[in-house]
Amino acid sequence: MSLRRPSKDQPESFEFNASSLEAANKIIANYPKGKQQSAVMALLYIAQRQNNNWIPLAAMKYIAKFLNMPYIKVYEVATFYSMYNLSPVGKYFVQVCTTTPCMIRGANKLVEACKEKISENETELSSDKSCSWMEVECLGACVNAPMMQINDDYYEDLDKEKTLEILDKILNGEKPMPGSYRGRINNEPENNRKTLLDVKNA
Amino acid sequence: MLKDQDRIFKNLYNDLGSDVASSQKRGDWVNTKDLTDKGRDWIINEIKDSQLRGRGGAGFPTGLKWSFAPKELGSRPHYLVINADESEPGTCKDRDILRFEPHKLIEGCLLASYAVQAHVCYIYIRGEYFVDGQKLQRAIDEAYEKKLIGKNAAGTGWDLDIHIHYGAGAYICGEETALLESLEGKKGQPRLKPPFPALIGLYGCPTIINNVETIAVVPTILRRGGKWFASLGREKNTGTKIFCISGNVNNPCNVEEEMNIPLKELIEVHAGGVVGGWDNLQAVIPGGSSMPLIPKEKCETLTMDFDSLVAEKSGLGTAGIVVINKDQDIIKCMARIARFYKHESCGQCTPCREGSGWMWRMLERMARGEASKDEVDMLGDVTKQIEGHTICAFGEGSSWPVQGLLRHFKDEIKKRNKFDPIIKENKNIPYLVDQHLLDKNA
Repeated sequence: MSLRRPSKDQPESFEFNASSLEAANKIIANYPKGKQQSAVMALLYIAQRQNNNWIPLAAMKYIAKFLNMPYIKVYEVATFYSMYNLSPVGKYFVQVCTTTPCMIRGANKLVEACKEKISENETELSSDKSCSWMEVECLGACVNAPMMQINDDYYEDLDKEKTLEILDKILNGEKPMPGSYRGRINNEPENNRKTLLDVKNA
Repeated sequence: MLKDQDRIFKNLYNDLGSDVASSQKRGDWVNTKDLTDKGRDWIINEIKDSQLRGRGGAGFPTGLKWSFAPKELGSRPHYLVINADESEPGTCKDRDILRFEPHKLIEGCLLASYAVQAHVCYIYIRGEYFVDGQKLQRAIDEAYEKKLIGKNAAGTGWDLDIHIHYGAGAYICGEETALLESLEGKKGQPRLKPPFPALIGLYGCPTIINNVETIAVVPTILRRGGKWFASLGREKNTGTKIFCISGNVNNPCNVEEEMNIPLKELIEVHAGGVVGGWDNLQAVIPGGSSMPLIPKEKCETLTMDFDSLVAEKSGLGTAGIVVINKDQDIIKCMARIARFYKHESCGQCTPCREGSGWMWRMLERMARGEASKDEVDMLGDVTKQIEGHTICAFGEGSSWPVQGLLRHFKDEIKKRNKFDPIIKENKNIPYLVDQHLLDKNA
C-alpha cells in the first residue's frame, strides 16, 4: 500500500465547467439507473483534468453531491487509486517506470535525467512550477523499456540523452513527439522481424 | 515457427490499419450473423472443443466459464466484462490488441455477449492506457455507426452496448472481483469467492469476466473451428499466444506464437538473443513478475505452455517473459519486484499488506549484504505465511517470485550475507517470536 495525503493548500470551492458537466452526464448514462456511483472514477478524472492535473477536497465533496453518495466513499476512492493526484503536480507530469523490466534496461538513467532537469526530489515542482516527476510502477510497455509517461503520452525506448532532450522540450513549453525514440515501429522486433513479412511489404 | 496464415493477430505491428474497412479485409465482421445463427450451445461447444484457456494469467478454460452463466435470463440482467487492466510487469500484449486489433475484440464481445446472454459489456482499461483507450473508443464509435453493435448488432438480432471504464492505476483491479468493485465505484478490494461472479457479479448480477486476448481470439476460433485451434500447441495447452519478450535481449518485442514453443527459440529467433550471448543468461521470469523465475540450466529445454511451466514450479501467467542476464544483480531485481507488490497491495488482508513490506525490506538488505544468515530461512517462512492466507491470489503472486529466488539463488544470497544471527539459540528467543515456527526445529 502507498501512503497518500491530500495537499495542505486547498481551494475553497470547486464546480464542473460546462464541458466537464457534459462529459460527466455522458458517462453517468453508461451505467444502469441507480448505479451512478460507478461513474465516480471517471468524474474524479474529469475533475483532475479541469483543475490543472490534481484533485482538491472540494472537488470530492462536489462529486459526492453530484452522484448522491457519501463524501467518505469518494474520498476512499480518490486516496486508493494512485493516478489521482491529491496535490499539485504541474502542467507536465512526468512518470518514470522503474519496475524490474525497465530497471534492468537502465531506468535509473531516466531518473537521473529528471533529477537534473526538473527537481532534486520526487513530486517536487520544478523552479518554474510547470513540471514535476515521480517514479511509478509498471506502465505496461515493457518491451519498449525504458520508458516514461508525460501526461497521457508514452515515450518509449529511451536513454539518458533522449530523456534530457524531451525534458528540455517540455520545459520550453513544446510538445515532444510520443512513441519510440529509436525509430522502431510499435512493438515489432527491431530490424529482426521474422513474422508477417508479406503484410509488412504489402 | 507458426505459419503466417495461422496467426490470429495479423495486424499486431499495425501494418494494415485498425479501422472497420481494413479489419474486414482481414476477415473480421464478415459473417457474424452466420455464427450467431448456429446458436449459443454451438458457440460454447466450439470454444470448449478448442480447449481455449484464459489468457489473463490463471488459464481457466473459457468454454467452461461461459457455461456457468445461467441458461435462462432471469429478472437480473447478465453482464460481460472485459479485463484490460493489464499491469503485470513484463506484460504488454493487451495494449497492442486495444490499439491495433480493436475490431477483433469488439466482435469477440458481441459473440461472447450473445453466448452468455449479456446486453451490456464493459471494457475495464487501466488508466495509464488513456491514449490506447481513446483509439478503442473511436473503433467502438465506428462500429456503432456501421450498425455492428447497438440495436440488432451486425444483423444478428442481438442488442449490445459496449462501454469503456478507465481504471486509475491499481494493479489489484486486474483481479476479477476487485475489478467488479472498482466498476461499481468503490475501492478495488477483492471479494470473497464463492459466490463466483458468474452467478453474483457486477451489481449482484451474473457476470462473465474475460481477458482481452481471450475474447479477441474467439471470432477466429468460431470461423476456423475449434478443431483448428486445438490442432496448434498440445493437448490442453492449445492455440496461439502473444508472447512479450522484454529485458536483456537484443530485440525486445511482442510476437504471436504457437503454445508449447521452446523458450530458447523465442529468445534466440524472435528477440535476437540475450545481450552478451546465450551464455550470459542468468535467469528468466517466464510469465509476468508473479511467476517464479527459472535459472539458465532449465531454459535450454523449457517449452512455454501452462502445464510444462507448472511442472517446473512456475507458470505461464500472462506470457510476459523477462530475460535477466549476468550483468544484473538478481537479488536487486527481485527486491524491485517485491517493492512493486508492497506498493500495489490493496491493504485488505493483513498477511499481504504487512508481509509484502517485510519481503521488500528483507530483500533490500540482502541485496546490500546486510542481512544475517538466519534471515534467508526467515524470508522463506514469511512467504509461506502470506501464500494461501489471503482473499485473492495477490498473496501467491507476491510470494512466488521470492520463493523462486530462494529456490534457485539461495547460495548467492548466503554468499553475500554472512552476519551471525542476532539470536543464537532457539531457547533464548523471546516469546514474542512466533513459537509455532520454532517447533519444527525443536
